[in-house]
Amino acid sequence: MHEMGIALQIVEIASASLPADLGDARVAAINLKIGKLAAVVPESLRFCFDVAIKDTPLEGAELAIEEIPVVAKCNDCDAQWTIDEPVFICKTCQSGSLEILSGRELDIESIEVVEEEKHDSG
Amino acid sequence: MIPGDRFKIKRYFHHKDFHKPRHSHAHHPPGDVSTQKSGTRKIKVVRRVLDVNAKLAEQNRRLFADKGIFVLNVMSSPGSGKTTTLEKTLARIMPEIKSAVIVGDICTTHDADRLAKTEAPVVQINTDEFGGDCHLVAHVIEKAAVTLDLDEIEFLVIENVGNLVCPAEFDIGEDSRVVILSVTEGEDKPVKYPLMFRECEAALLNKIDLLPYLDFDKQKAIDFIHQVHPQMPVFEISAKTEEGFEAWIKWLKNKIRQKA
Repeated sequence: MHEMGIALQIVEIASASLPADLGDARVAAINLKIGKLAAVVPESLRFCFDVAIKDTPLEGAELAIEEIPVVAKCNDCDAQWTIDEPVFICKTCQSGSLEILSGRELDIESIEVVEEEKHDSG
Repeated sequence: MIPGDRFKIKRYFHHKDFHKPRHSHAHHPPGDVSTQKSGTRKIKVVRRVLDVNAKLAEQNRRLFADKGIFVLNVMSSPGSGKTTTLEKTLARIMPEIKSAVIVGDICTTHDADRLAKTEAPVVQINTDEFGGDCHLVAHVIEKAAVTLDLDEIEFLVIENVGNLVCPAEFDIGEDSRVVILSVTEGEDKPVKYPLMFRECEAALLNKIDLLPYLDFDKQKAIDFIHQVHPQMPVFEISAKTEEGFEAWIKWLKNKIRQKA
């Protein structure tokens, strides 16, 4: 629902991260990690991103999204498992005291820039 | 494709001052350069997209801590009874506890008008000025908070925009979050919106005066809440009749006292 705001934030962060001497280089991709527990729908975000990059240095860039599973660790028995349904209870000892190790990410991992290198062909 | 050229993939890290406004968007890449993604080198950066909000939320939190104000972020779907619950809650704790309200809506000041009758200072935020946002963010709270006399407040309650999805994702500098679920909604809301129910410290199950007229399975709803958030305190209330308010008010006052 707030994917456009997120997309604009991504564009702002990525644009500000580009070096001043970018020249003719172009941004090929923004690599993003989204946890399965984050309140972001990747498809909506991609749609918004394509709109948000128009007339920015990121125009034409791909939003490469890696979805991160929700991994929990039990604070009582140390069991660790991937949560793939909305049940936050330890499968081993039924404890409800969990630590969420991953799944809340909404991180820009890297930016890929394609740079043209001129070479004398002769 | 330009013959004889070769392409190199470079990755650039984010600058620490990335949130500063950028004035130049002068670079327009050529359209005829093909991308070769295969064989690229991968260097990890990891920067949170919501970093700017998180930093501002932390500033808010420090400000509220300096002033000894307990800040509660109240969230729910639209129409679950946030405003009525707050009206009745404020009536019970004031003037003993000096309170103020920040209320977020996409538009209208209806909620602020209702809450103003409690005699608590009320600031209405209309998010359509900020792009019609479906949630409150930290910088908006900061703007609203400075219009209040923070030295005269012990308890600041923030009524978020009615929505079970987005507000859960945005830290606004609060001490605690509660979610209201009303019995006119589905029992399975907690498992449909697990992040909201995980992020909140307590749940209010509202409109229980309507239970005799509904097919709502109360125990099923509570079981779903505990499936997503084991041991989460659930207060069964009716904001209309004030049934069940004693336990909720006791919990809230205890929280406010811990901060003061």
